[in-house]
Amino acid sequence: MEMPKSDAAIVAQKPAIVAALQEVLPADAVIFDEAEVRAYECDALTAYRCPPLAAVLPRSTAEVAAVLRICHQMGVPVVPRGAGTSLAGGALPTGDCVILGVARMNEVLETDYPNRFIRVQSGRTNLSVTGAVEEDGFFYAPDPSSQLACAIAGNIAMNSGGAHCLKYGVTTNNLLGVTMVQMDGTVLNIGGAHLDAGGLDLLGVICGSEGQLGVVTEATLRILPKPEGALPVLIGFDSNEVAGACVSDIIKAGVLPVAIEFMDRPCIEATEAFAKAGYPMCEALLIIEVEGSKQEIDEQLALIIEIANRHNPVELRRAADEDQAKRIWLGRKSAFGAMGQINDYMCLDGTIPVSSLPYVLRRIGEMSKEYGLGVGNVFHAGDGNMHPLILYNANEPGELEKCEAFGADILKLCVEVGGCLTGEHGVGIEKRDLMKVQFAPEDMEAQLWVKDVFDPKWLLNAAKVFPLDVTASRRG
Amino acid sequence: MKPVSELELAQMIRAATGPLRIVGGGARGFGPQPKGDLLQTGGLSGISLYEPGALTIVAGAGTPLTEVEAALAAEGQRLPFEVPDLRALLGREGASTIGGVVAANASGPRRIQAGACRDSLIGVRFVDGSGTVVKNGGRVMKNVTGYDLVKLMAGAHGTLGVLTEVAFKVLPRPEVEATLVKSDLTPEQAVQAMAAALGSPFQVTGAGYVAGQLRLRIEGMAGSVAYRTSALGKLLGAGWDVAEAGQSAALWAELRDVNPLVGQAGAVWRVSVKPSDMPKVLALVGTDTVCDWGGGLIWARVPEEGDVMAGALRGLLAQIGGHATLLRASDETYARVPAFQPEPPELAVLAAGLRARFDPRGLLNPGLMG
Repeated sequence: MEMPKSDAAIVAQKPAIVAALQEVLPADAVIFDEAEVRAYECDALTAYRCPPLAAVLPRSTAEVAAVLRICHQMGVPVVPRGAGTSLAGGALPTGDCVILGVARMNEVLETDYPNRFIRVQSGRTNLSVTGAVEEDGFFYAPDPSSQLACAIAGNIAMNSGGAHCLKYGVTTNNLLGVTMVQMDGTVLNIGGAHLDAGGLDLLGVICGSEGQLGVVTEATLRILPKPEGALPVLIGFDSNEVAGACVSDIIKAGVLPVAIEFMDRPCIEATEAFAKAGYPMCEALLIIEVEGSKQEIDEQLALIIEIANRHNPVELRRAADEDQAKRIWLGRKSAFGAMGQINDYMCLDGTIPVSSLPYVLRRIGEMSKEYGLGVGNVFHAGDGNMHPLILYNANEPGELEKCEAFGADILKLCVEVGGCLTGEHGVGIEKRDLMKVQFAPEDMEAQLWVKDVFDPKWLLNAAKVFPLDVTASRRG
Repeated sequence: MKPVSELELAQMIRAATGPLRIVGGGARGFGPQPKGDLLQTGGLSGISLYEPGALTIVAGAGTPLTEVEAALAAEGQRLPFEVPDLRALLGREGASTIGGVVAANASGPRRIQAGACRDSLIGVRFVDGSGTVVKNGGRVMKNVTGYDLVKLMAGAHGTLGVLTEVAFKVLPRPEVEATLVKSDLTPEQAVQAMAAALGSPFQVTGAGYVAGQLRLRIEGMAGSVAYRTSALGKLLGAGWDVAEAGQSAALWAELRDVNPLVGQAGAVWRVSVKPSDMPKVLALVGTDTVCDWGGGLIWARVPEEGDVMAGALRGLLAQIGGHATLLRASDETYARVPAFQPEPPELAVLAAGLRARFDPRGLLNPGLMG
């Protein structure tokens, strides 16, 4: 993955840039020492690193606006950063940029139960949003697996999903409003506690724009009353095809589980060795969770089990209580860690139409042999969001490149069957160069217009999302 | 003009020399009659893909809404957002198209639980004002590849491009529904009861208030609906009646289509506010209203005189947040009062910038949204 060369003229201005930033921020909020800025050299896509020129950690919308005005005037590129958990390199710096981290902005500003929303500063972590309301029986629905660490700012930038979005939707479906600062320092208030836009749906296009349109400093989020209860059932099958058919039949029968998770044999084996959750050894495993009142859970699980039995499962376990539910989830939640025990891995997140599942898994298996790299599949089957984990050895010269080529082939396959490159992680730098596989030049041009309007100088996170040759003339 | 293919539509727009008035079925347009040549999308019709097991449907923008709904019903599914039929309210006669539904982001009572049209919309194809075909999103329900122009097109009323194809995430149709009903409530009491219901774990999918009557809907599998209806009734206290099946459905069709305001003279506003602000709005516009979305959506009929309360209403909304759309009025009134709520300058400049790029010649429903 290539990044643009640092602009030597900007790097040469570093003392003046730092001095200007120090004028508008407290001393501890401007980081410019060469050793200290290394803390910001990468996000969770650790294969790529580049120390930024400087990093700033403002505490308010006013401070963010002041920083952006300075950078705008001086022509300095800015890369916004939430908690740095992006798997796609969304917060990867360039050598001539200022990293604008919102991590210190983590206050709850307003909690309103009668109207079911919470307003927070955007650096607050996903899980701590729920943490602020759960004692009163509410929760924030989007639940990316990094939710303990990831920030709402990053969730909005990437339109993050999670295991439960089949029922509750992703970030964009739970975001009511934002305060956002444009690159020139203009502060925008969009949306709020009311529903839907009075004019064009700017909020809809801001969510998922990967920090390229502005820096979100505050967010109004929809909160929901916690369901009375939830229980999973675990079902094992002797082929991926049958598991896929079972998922389709459950959905067609009119049940809407909150989660349908799928693991294939390589992933089950790795997980068992690591977490010893007591999973059956089989080709495909489904974890299906339903929620609601006891009656509702019983009714839904009975129907699901009846459908599953028609597909001759090799194993079927219905959790009887909380403890058994935890055991069923244990393996799934340890899957990434388990794969990481075996080797380095790259996690993809292409989405496919659910009907293509058996074909796509078969092709991934064939490609795995061709490339000589192992791959385990764990994913959200209800919505077709795949997470192939490709195993490779980072210390072996050439393996990362081979792994990336394999990953690119899987994502091309996802697009070929009618799906997309990324379901919830974002494009970042990781999938940037594959955008031409999914979009014609005109499709991308229409997206670039949006950036032209919000950030005419193309200073905000400009080397992401779109192939560099597509944006070269705009980035200057 | 009535193109029968996307290609033909693109050629027509490229060849156009003046404004175009874009119409789906003519069932839900409002605002001042836009100038320009009529461009009808009804020829871009037909369901091109429907996979019940994947909960997805793709159709030409000109496909009649009834055709989409019938195809879904045959598989026990539906559009989640409960499309209102506003023909009687607006005095229109056309047959609603699915593209028109998207252009208006038309969403009914279930919006509070299942999201708006824009939340179920997962893909679009459209022709922009230069005659270029653009696609965004796709046919899968989780997709963060590139910017989400899908949301931007929903509710753009054709001003950024002419939709040619739309794709939706759909949902199973529930087994049964029931509605708790209680009459003679003040707006304050209604808002409180709706907040209590929507804050409960009983999954209320409709919360409306009309002529002093409060309605709370529960949907799902039979046993669960029976339990939740009873549990919610207990939570809210005495005096609730239960309407079931067709009787329940009729209550929601009436509210969804704003029937209580049909057939009476006057201007009609559609107001979106924070639910607990509903009594403040009613105190201003009077009680000739239909309230939905737990109080967050207010349809109000006011006398057609002066500025039809635009100054007072939009002034109030500037303080408390929200927006008001003038949905029905005479041309004389529309000449004085913009149909859409004027935006703050910093947002208006962004909207204008987007229109200038998506429609550089200003051909597509010019002036409709501002």
